Amino acid sequence: MTVATYARQMATAAALPTKAPADNRRTMLDAAMKRHRHQPDALIEILHTAQELYGYLDLDCLKYVGRCLKVPPSRVYGVATFYNVFTLKPRGEHTCVVCLGTACYVKGTATILSALEREHHLEVGGTTPDGTLSLVSARCLGACGLAPVLVFDQEIAGRVTAETALARTRSWMEQP
Amino acid sequence: MIADDLAAVRERERTAISLSTARIAVCSAAGCISTGGAAVKDALGAAVIAHNLSGAVRVLGTGCLGLCHAGPLMRVTRGDAEPVLFTKTTPAFAEQVIAGLPSGVLPLEQRCDLQQPFFTRQHRIVTSDAGIVDSERIEDYLAAGGYTALERTLAELHPEDVVREVSLSGLRGRGGAGYPTGLKWSTVAKAAGHGTFIVCNADEGDPGAFMDRSVLEGDPHRVLEGMAIAAYAVGAEQGYIYVRGEYPLAITRLKTAIRQAERMQLLGHRILDSQFNFRIDLRIGAGAFVCGEETALIASIEGKRGMPRPRPPFPAEAGLWGRPTLINNVETYANIAPIILHGGAHYATLGTERSKGTKVFALAGRIVNTGLVEVPMGMPLGEIIFDIGGGIPDGRQFKAAQTGGPSGGCIPAAHLDLPVDYEALAGIGSIMGSGGLIVMDETSCMVDVARYFMEFCRDESCGKCVPCRAGTVQMHGLLTKMTHGTATDRDLALLEQLAELTTRTSLCGLGQTAANPVRSTLRHFYDEYMAHIHDHVCPAGVCSMNGEDPR
Repeated sequence: MTVATYARQMATAAALPTKAPADNRRTMLDAAMKRHRHQPDALIEILHTAQELYGYLDLDCLKYVGRCLKVPPSRVYGVATFYNVFTLKPRGEHTCVVCLGTACYVKGTATILSALEREHHLEVGGTTPDGTLSLVSARCLGACGLAPVLVFDQEIAGRVTAETALARTRSWMEQP
Repeated sequence: MIADDLAAVRERERTAISLSTARIAVCSAAGCISTGGAAVKDALGAAVIAHNLSGAVRVLGTGCLGLCHAGPLMRVTRGDAEPVLFTKTTPAFAEQVIAGLPSGVLPLEQRCDLQQPFFTRQHRIVTSDAGIVDSERIEDYLAAGGYTALERTLAELHPEDVVREVSLSGLRGRGGAGYPTGLKWSTVAKAAGHGTFIVCNADEGDPGAFMDRSVLEGDPHRVLEGMAIAAYAVGAEQGYIYVRGEYPLAITRLKTAIRQAERMQLLGHRILDSQFNFRIDLRIGAGAFVCGEETALIASIEGKRGMPRPRPPFPAEAGLWGRPTLINNVETYANIAPIILHGGAHYATLGTERSKGTKVFALAGRIVNTGLVEVPMGMPLGEIIFDIGGGIPDGRQFKAAQTGGPSGGCIPAAHLDLPVDYEALAGIGSIMGSGGLIVMDETSCMVDVARYFMEFCRDESCGKCVPCRAGTVQMHGLLTKMTHGTATDRDLALLEQLAELTTRTSLCGLGQTAANPVRSTLRHFYDEYMAHIHDHVCPAGVCSMNGEDPR
């Protein structure tokens, strides 16, 4: 299953994820739940917030959210694993998102993706052992006019070739 | 705010516009932003101040100007003169434009011919505000006549009149299925008791489709106004917009628009001093294609896994939290204000007998002019692709047009004269869909395309019903065998059988249409399947055909 998309990253960039002091994050999560009056139907909104804050959703976090919203852990886990945006594993320091929407596919992103997979010995959805690079795919970012489209960290790049993509990821690998 | 205050805001804004000597609109949709549109807009702003032109020159960030591949786009309007469109602009170019304005000399290079068919053959209703209205300023929308339809509705029309007008227009659901909008509204209005809900489906999941994103980013108030009118018609007080999480810019713009509309009492309590209350909340999707299906979308708004349930009961009778719920697509709501303003009958003069009005298409793939176009229903497919789209680049040959995404089909060259409407597309095994139109040339292998869409449906199947959960996996396996050159006639027969079975027995639209790409390519490109199976050759040279059985 294709994991998260660049939305998560855009959201992460917009908020103040890793830069917020670690102790503040729980307070911010609590505030978000309070804003939704601890309604169980706000579960997805709260998971979005948690992932923005922590970068991913670990089991303790899921349990905590479930307890606060009075939703059974099974349902929290069910929701967190159902939606592609949520990830239960931490991401690498850099993320390369390859759009596999139809327009990008017709223009050859599959070739770019396999070049990246070969180069870094990764499968899509995976992270390099040193935690530098995560390779993920997306189902259309809606920037079809620029196909093929990749997202390097938060920056959207259009009309990418395998060479330009490899140049970017190699530079990340060399200077972690 | 009462109607008089609103009129005053409009008047003030219009005066400011008439006092300005030039209006410069920079496309601020995601496509142009990602090629540096924001920097161009900032440079324009800085240059206006540097040249002491504040007040005389207005810089706006506007909705999609259409030619996405040539961005960032800039449209300059001076007084009554014809507007000029510049392509591939940069901050340095922006400075040059501003410097030339006082003497009236605009750069000659990078101009785009506005008389080319790409612009002249379009008919803009949904996208009419692009280039005129700043996406982040409600005053601009008001000056362009925004919210007059809502004012008129509240002051002059009964809810039944609104439903009648929408029925008269012949508008059909723009999400793809084409259900008559007026009929849906009247069903919800009849079912209404206390606590009816309105939902805007902005979970544009079809890969290769970006119409709804462009409308939300470019003209969010148009959607809010359409929803408010719908809420009045069916007696709802609460609305939700379910937006794809992949569209961060659309989310930001919607949030801004809702805040502005609330401040002006165009949303919220006692709208325009009437008895009508209506709130809109946003719900952000979390990346599940199936949530475009209305019952799955409802489950997702309720904070659950987005899994569909059998219908009936339809959401019109029992939707969100069991209450009657009206669900329409973004583009459908964007059509409402013009229908109320100009009348349903006027809207119905456009289009074909059973498909009225216009349709926005996202042109992408192997086509010269990739971007956003709006055309009257019934325009032949060939005209959209060759006249408006500019044909196929690099001297290659047209092979197929894909409409409707993973639920649609591939249309071959033989059907290029087909008028685009709901029935005609369904007649040849495709669907209108939400408006993605992807063009393929001879470098695309149709078996591989079918495999690509099946992989998509396999990944996105929610797993609730067996035909879809297992059928998509099996069909994907068979198609992969074909692309590896190891399939036999028996595999083909099995594929045809499974396609039929999945279509007939799946629970929701995802499964029922998952086999459409397979069925349409089998119907129109049977030769290619034969070449893969009998000759072990991929005519387009895409498939590996390495003879190894797939993993």
